[in-house]
Amino acid sequence: MGSYQASFRVWRGDDESGALQDYTVEVNEGEVILDIIHRLQATQAPDLAVRWNCKAGKCGSCSAEINGRPRLMCMTRMSTFTEDEVITVTPMRTFPVIRDLVTDVSFNYEKAREIPSFAPPEGVAPGEYRMQQVDVERSQEFRKCIECFLCQNTCHVVRDHEENKKSFAGPRFLMRVAELDMHPLDAKDRQKAAQEEHGLGFCNITKCCTEVCPEGIHITDNALIPMKERVVDRKYDPVVWLGNKLFKRSGSKS
Amino acid sequence: MTEIERHSFDVVVIGAGGAGLRAVIEARQRGFRVAVVSKSLFGKAHTVMAEGGCAASMGNANPNDNWQVHFRDTMRGGKFLNNWRMAELHAKEAPDRVWELETYGALFDRTKDGKISQRNFGGHTYPRLAHVGDRTGLELIRTMQQKIVSLQQEDFAETGDYEAKVKVFAECTVTELLTNDGKISGAVAYWRENGKFVLFETPAVVLATGGIGKSFKVTSNSWEYTGDGHALAMRAGATLINMEFVQFHPTGMVWPPSVKGILVTEGVRGDGGVLKNSDDKRFMFEYIPDVFKGQYAESTDEADRWYDDADNNRRTPDLLPRDEVARAINSEVKAGRGSPHGGVFLDIASRLPAEEIKRRLPSMYHQFKELADVDITKEPMEVGPTCHYVMGGIEVDPDSGAATVPGLFAAGECSGGMHGSNRLGGNSLSDLLVFGRRAGLGAATYVEELGERPAVAESDVDAAVARALAPFDGPADGENPYDVHAELQQSMNDLVGIIRKAEEIEQALARLEELKKRAQQIVVKGDRKFNPGWHLAMDLRNMLLVSECVARAALLRTESRGGHTRDDFPGMDAEWRNKLLVCSVQGDAVDVSPKEQVPMRQDLLELFELGELEKYYTDGELAAHPQRKA
Repeated sequence: MGSYQASFRVWRGDDESGALQDYTVEVNEGEVILDIIHRLQATQAPDLAVRWNCKAGKCGSCSAEINGRPRLMCMTRMSTFTEDEVITVTPMRTFPVIRDLVTDVSFNYEKAREIPSFAPPEGVAPGEYRMQQVDVERSQEFRKCIECFLCQNTCHVVRDHEENKKSFAGPRFLMRVAELDMHPLDAKDRQKAAQEEHGLGFCNITKCCTEVCPEGIHITDNALIPMKERVVDRKYDPVVWLGNKLFKRSGSKS
Repeated sequence: MTEIERHSFDVVVIGAGGAGLRAVIEARQRGFRVAVVSKSLFGKAHTVMAEGGCAASMGNANPNDNWQVHFRDTMRGGKFLNNWRMAELHAKEAPDRVWELETYGALFDRTKDGKISQRNFGGHTYPRLAHVGDRTGLELIRTMQQKIVSLQQEDFAETGDYEAKVKVFAECTVTELLTNDGKISGAVAYWRENGKFVLFETPAVVLATGGIGKSFKVTSNSWEYTGDGHALAMRAGATLINMEFVQFHPTGMVWPPSVKGILVTEGVRGDGGVLKNSDDKRFMFEYIPDVFKGQYAESTDEADRWYDDADNNRRTPDLLPRDEVARAINSEVKAGRGSPHGGVFLDIASRLPAEEIKRRLPSMYHQFKELADVDITKEPMEVGPTCHYVMGGIEVDPDSGAATVPGLFAAGECSGGMHGSNRLGGNSLSDLLVFGRRAGLGAATYVEELGERPAVAESDVDAAVARALAPFDGPADGENPYDVHAELQQSMNDLVGIIRKAEEIEQALARLEELKKRAQQIVVKGDRKFNPGWHLAMDLRNMLLVSECVARAALLRTESRGGHTRDDFPGMDAEWRNKLLVCSVQGDAVDVSPKEQVPMRQDLLELFELGELEKYYTDGELAAHPQRKA
């Protein structure tokens, strides 16, 4: 494959107004969408706003919607499009636009702050933590999250319903609750709050979050559904809770 | 006087990577009000890109490990130019810093008996790197980010305000530090989102801004790595050391062109991967340098036995320190034995079962599959050197992280000394934990002991704002910042790269002079709202200053050592071992002067055999060694 000229439509504007703008831009072998956005900056649109850092799918900064599909720009190869296809790049829809492809994602940081943090076990000194690999792997899957917020952007509970933002933490942070709940040494009960404070009940497991996760985390199957099961399996009862906490390490790995 | 948003804090930490966050935690725990100012969103800093692990001699995988062994490995890796006190503190304190992370909620991979698992890495005698697959940096940054959230939750419970003690200023860039009578008094920054300026009034600043790699074309570093902390410190009157030492990581991706430079973790080799040339030969056996003779396996059989029986075999030379491996790859490619796209082969496919590769190296599997259409469980990777890390940085007091300017502290990659002429893999994450904490502590202690806080001079604020806005008023046909940046990267890559010589460095200096002039003619288009062209114009000022330091120091050091290889002075010279090159700036003029290091404390020196020291030291320096006296 040699170089070719691609047709791009990029959303330009700010919180007040904006529109798609057409560009014709060079594409070379092996390039990704973010390379093309950078080429536009360097040659045609020096003030085109885009958020990015690592360009290797590790930091989760360059989230956008490419032909309507939420994706990381750095991990979307141009070879997945035909040469004559018009490629439309728009900012994430669920969050307010700051400028061009950059959105205000502060919603997510506010939600993060509402999830009670890891509660270290009492009487276990630093260096004395003992956990089995099989037990840490459940939470480790969720800790692969790079906080690109594509799942938050995609989840229809908030994508089309601004009013739900107040009472719904979103898949990323419900998964954080699940991560702590499955942490072998976390000393806090998470299940009641998941339902009552973080809006787990809003989720109707359509798996849209899982589909867009660039890390391939099974958000719905491994975090949200098990969390829902734990919540409905019991009425809140500290004895049952303690029992679950003690015996869950023999449970199956999800 | 400029209308400006004002904030007052006890400590301002610039940079929200591992070192910065660890400093924030420490200063907050000492009761101070702390701001953390970051160019990126919270949790996106460069630390997320660290893959392999965090070195700490916990002895979980091999009980023979201890801080002395780690100390010796670190000094060898840095070719004995390291600040030995930093290397000592680092080796001693790293295990506590790692264990502490577990109390914040970190989940490292485990050994069979439930302890933190440790992996092999270049230059480390024993398996020493605490890790989480190949995404250890992400685990570190997320853990500390979440610890900061937990501190904010405590403050909320107490005061009703999450930000009572720790406030995050995300996507906010500091352009200038302010001093009064030589002491830190504040910092001027701008919000990337709207281009409005912010003044921080503070007696103490901790710089934790990371590295300088964005001045080079082929690099594993992100756009943030523009040497901001280095440049801010210099302009505030502080000094830099060791700027000639730049680490080229041996294994970056080489193809496709758009991903050239992206890191391939050393963990691939730690877990059994081997380097091969186009003749399918494991060439590293030809490149064991004299100083490491006897410490590495001399045959492939021995090297392969070592993975299972490390006590009776020597380690594979694929795991020599990074500078050695990078030079070896460079030589193989030059000799015509490279891979199709100008690298060499890194083979893990023939060494481990596919499932095991995916389990241990999930990000590498994903990265090659997605970006290069290469399945690393079936075929070898193509890799080559990429600019990865700067050993040089702000000259600091080892114990407190204090720079030469009162009130200024530095930790992590932007500080200098710890790694000498070459950093061992895995020593970066431990460095930022150990010295992030110490810098936070140093800043807290400074503020405690300080009487009156230095006042900010309003004229300095006005000047800083005017300087930042200048690119909007550049000449109508002025320079494009992206062009100037691209030329800087090309020049540094070609002329002050992995192999250097005097004529080329002199050419680089001449080009830098030109680029400095052109940078003054930059004009940016658009307004102040999230304008990347404007942001780059400001970052360029830092990159040009820091690049000049690298080039000037590289020209002066007439020997080859660690991350500084001179084609015209290929040998290591004992007379240079103890010399630091100290950079400072007066106005626009960079000065580089040699300075002697403090000799290593006797008890530490005695941790080494005389025979080994003789490879690095001058005769005179070893007169007091007990084996010499005996």
